[in-house]
Amino acid sequence: MKIVVAIKQVPVRDSQLRIESDQRWIQEDDLGFEINEPDAYALEEALQLKEKHGGEVVALCAGPSRATQTIREALAKGADRAIHIEDDNLRDLDTFGIATLLAGAVKAEKPDLILTGLQSDDLGYGQTGVVLAELLGVPHATIIMQVEVQGGSIQVKRELEGGWFQHIEMPLPAVLTIQSGINKLRYATLMGIKKAKSKEIKSVTPAAAPAATAVLERVYVPQKSKQTQIFEGDAKSAAAKLVEKLKFEVRII
Amino acid sequence: MATTTFPIAKPKGGAFLLEQRQPHEVFTPEDFTDEHRAIGRATAEFFAKEVAPHLDTIQYEDKSVAVGIMRKSGELGLTGVIIPEKFGGMEMDLTSMMIVGENIAGDGSYAGWHAAHTGIGTLPILLFGTEEQKAKYLPKLASAEWVGAYCLSEPQAGSDALAIKTRAELSPDGKHYILNGQKMWITNGGYADLYTIFAKIDGEKFTAFIVERSFPGVQPGAEEKKMGIRGSSTTPIFLDNVKVPVENVLGEIGRGHIIAFNILNLGRLKLGPLAIGGCKDVIAIAAKYAKERKAFGKTISAFGMIQQKLAEMAIRTYIGESMSYRVVGMIESHLENFSWDAPDAAQTKLKAVEEYATESSYVKVFASEVLDFVVDEGVQIHGGYGFHQDYAVERAYRDSRINRIFEGTNEINRLLATGMLLKRAQRGALPLVQAVMKLQNELLSPPELNLGGPVGPFVAETKLVENAKKIGLMTLGIAFQKYMTTIDEQQELLASITDIMMNAFAMESGLLRAQKIAASGKNAQNATEMAAVFCREAMDSIEAAAKVALANCQEGDALRMSLAVLKRFAKYEPIDAIKLRRNIAARVLETGKYTV
Ligand SMILES: Cc1cc2nc3c(=O)[nH]c(=O)nc-3n(C[C@H](O)[C@H](O)[C@H](O)COP(=O)(O)OP(=O)(O)OC[C@H]3O[C@@H](n4cnc5c(N)ncnc54)[C@H](O)[C@@H]3O)c2cc1C
Repeated sequence: MKIVVAIKQVPVRDSQLRIESDQRWIQEDDLGFEINEPDAYALEEALQLKEKHGGEVVALCAGPSRATQTIREALAKGADRAIHIEDDNLRDLDTFGIATLLAGAVKAEKPDLILTGLQSDDLGYGQTGVVLAELLGVPHATIIMQVEVQGGSIQVKRELEGGWFQHIEMPLPAVLTIQSGINKLRYATLMGIKKAKSKEIKSVTPAAAPAATAVLERVYVPQKSKQTQIFEGDAKSAAAKLVEKLKFEVRII
Repeated sequence: MATTTFPIAKPKGGAFLLEQRQPHEVFTPEDFTDEHRAIGRATAEFFAKEVAPHLDTIQYEDKSVAVGIMRKSGELGLTGVIIPEKFGGMEMDLTSMMIVGENIAGDGSYAGWHAAHTGIGTLPILLFGTEEQKAKYLPKLASAEWVGAYCLSEPQAGSDALAIKTRAELSPDGKHYILNGQKMWITNGGYADLYTIFAKIDGEKFTAFIVERSFPGVQPGAEEKKMGIRGSSTTPIFLDNVKVPVENVLGEIGRGHIIAFNILNLGRLKLGPLAIGGCKDVIAIAAKYAKERKAFGKTISAFGMIQQKLAEMAIRTYIGESMSYRVVGMIESHLENFSWDAPDAAQTKLKAVEEYATESSYVKVFASEVLDFVVDEGVQIHGGYGFHQDYAVERAYRDSRINRIFEGTNEINRLLATGMLLKRAQRGALPLVQAVMKLQNELLSPPELNLGGPVGPFVAETKLVENAKKIGLMTLGIAFQKYMTTIDEQQELLASITDIMMNAFAMESGLLRAQKIAASGKNAQNATEMAAVFCREAMDSIEAAAKVALANCQEGDALRMSLAVLKRFAKYEPIDAIKLRRNIAARVLETGKYTV
């Protein structure tokens, strides 16, 4: 089974973010980067499927040159080789543009299965996998919690709302967007890191991609819309003040 | 895995005093390869997920939990970094080993387990074992299936390690050595499966033995009740007629001290990254607290004196880090084509490490004292809460203290550092005398008129470094003239000289690193400011140390003349250190951590 996993490099979780002065993006100077969390689970799922059914795992990443670090880590964890669509200006593209680039690379590989994360930690659109599937003309399923391979098809479990799940059987090839927590992530081992050095990363320059129709207008820290007011005094007088507020200011009682 | 190419022309040990290094010739953390960085991240991730959640358990409830965690880390390769692949290791370079050390140092107790096992517990066999010994024991140590420990100290023999009393006698059939005695302060002692034990054959020949825990007569005593690193195991080991097969003699009979001292050299250097890892952790903890704690209507991070503390913590960490990896790089420069397959592989490695014994002592002393400074200020930033067990900084404070005691006390290292320089000079391995004489001639000629010398970034600091070395050489020369071969007995003087030289090495390491970052086109403002503040601060302590030393060696006109020279060398134009420290602190607060 040949599996392509699309991975994205994003700022390290809990980084202290600062916004660029032009308010188009965040300052990247002092930031550390890592694999997008749901993508890490997608990679792990691919590695586990390979361990069960044999085959090959190819990591696919569109990103600037610094993304090599994340690609190497995917190789260190066990991906067999990688394709890096390398460009420092990918931020000018929208989801459709990125998915177009990914689709180009995937087509050449003819994989049985394509996994992506459910969404990215930085932009959070949750669309790339879906658009990619459309461009490839293959079926897709989102928010995947479990994958079973049965001959030429797969059985997947989707997370719905309110604790409900949906079980679907799908033909291959297909695109699945993987939910975080679906499996237990492995650590990169030192031996893996060492071996990753000799694995292939094919660097490709991006083909022409459609110009962005969705543009990031402004990045800003959400304004605090809630205000807290504390009523001093004993319970009785505080309650009286509260009632007054609710009646005359907020007008809901 | 020779992953880094070092452009250094393999400097001689101690030569930093006599030669001027260029920025591109020093190794810095910025030179880490992608693999090095990946190793750092993998280790940090393991620590955060597998160690950090169990710290209280390890410290207060069940220290043996650490053994299981260490075995798990063995699956990642963290306990076999430099061990050859054929013995189950990762066969990586020293830098990788240091990076792993730095990233497991977030807790003193766990670092104790890991560092003792992978360092003193494993290295004697790796570096001195026969092929048979290595094949038998290294795979078990590489995976941490067996925990290693190192037994040199005894109740009456710590710094004076050669005074050990543990005896070994050959059995009548010549097949075993029978060991009797008591070891003290043995890290991992209570849980180790394999001990490297030093004993004197017939009470004379200082020799190392590989002793399995299961050999009858090996008995760990009760856990010591320690001030810090309470989650590490420290016990005495009692040896009661322990039969050790003759094949388990490690290295040559009567030459156990070679093992003991060489292992210490590496341990001292590794204490650098370990201490620096601890510093980085405490800086992050203290910065976080400073941003949360409110007083007088502000967060305390807004107060200048709190900022000053954070800045100074960062500055000294930066210097300690720069020194540590600079020395690691100097060693690696001798190991560029290193291969374990070479017949003299271990010898090559040992020689490279030994070359920089003086510099490794500087790293040990400086880094352990930086960590003590950082945890102390860390507690202070926390106020009363820093005095409470519920706050991580309290533990860090207690855990830090041991670093000035083991791997050779800082007193012993201060004596050794200069002592070894003098020995090298005597052997003709370091033209120290010539340098001192040249300097003395220079001092006799009238001082150059300083009419608008070169200006620009780093010029003033470069001069400071140059002058710091001159002060070191001058003091050493005058001290030697006064005491000649009895200088060994002048401990305070030797320690002062060490402090001067160590600070010169520290200044230079921080400065060259800042210059190297600047030359690479990256933003070097932070490093430049840290180096600028440190160089001046260090010059003040150098001047103070030199004054004391000179006044001990000379008097009257001679002393007055030396002091005048000292004053000239130590002179600098002050910079606005308050402002620079605020900048440095602002970056710590903004990023929430130590950054360069
Ligand atoms: C937690 C812990 C873990 C340890 N782990 C190990 C281990 O795994 N294996 C092992 O073998 N040992 C271990 N040690 C022992 C450690 O190496 C010794 O404690 C250390 O070498 C100091 O020896 P000592 O305690 O006998 O002090 P002493 O040597 O008695 O020193 C007392 C004081 O005198 C000073 N002093 C001693 N000699 C001189 C001198 N010539 N000139 C000037 N000052 C001097 C010292 O600097 C110190 O300030 C450990 C110790 C501790 C506390």
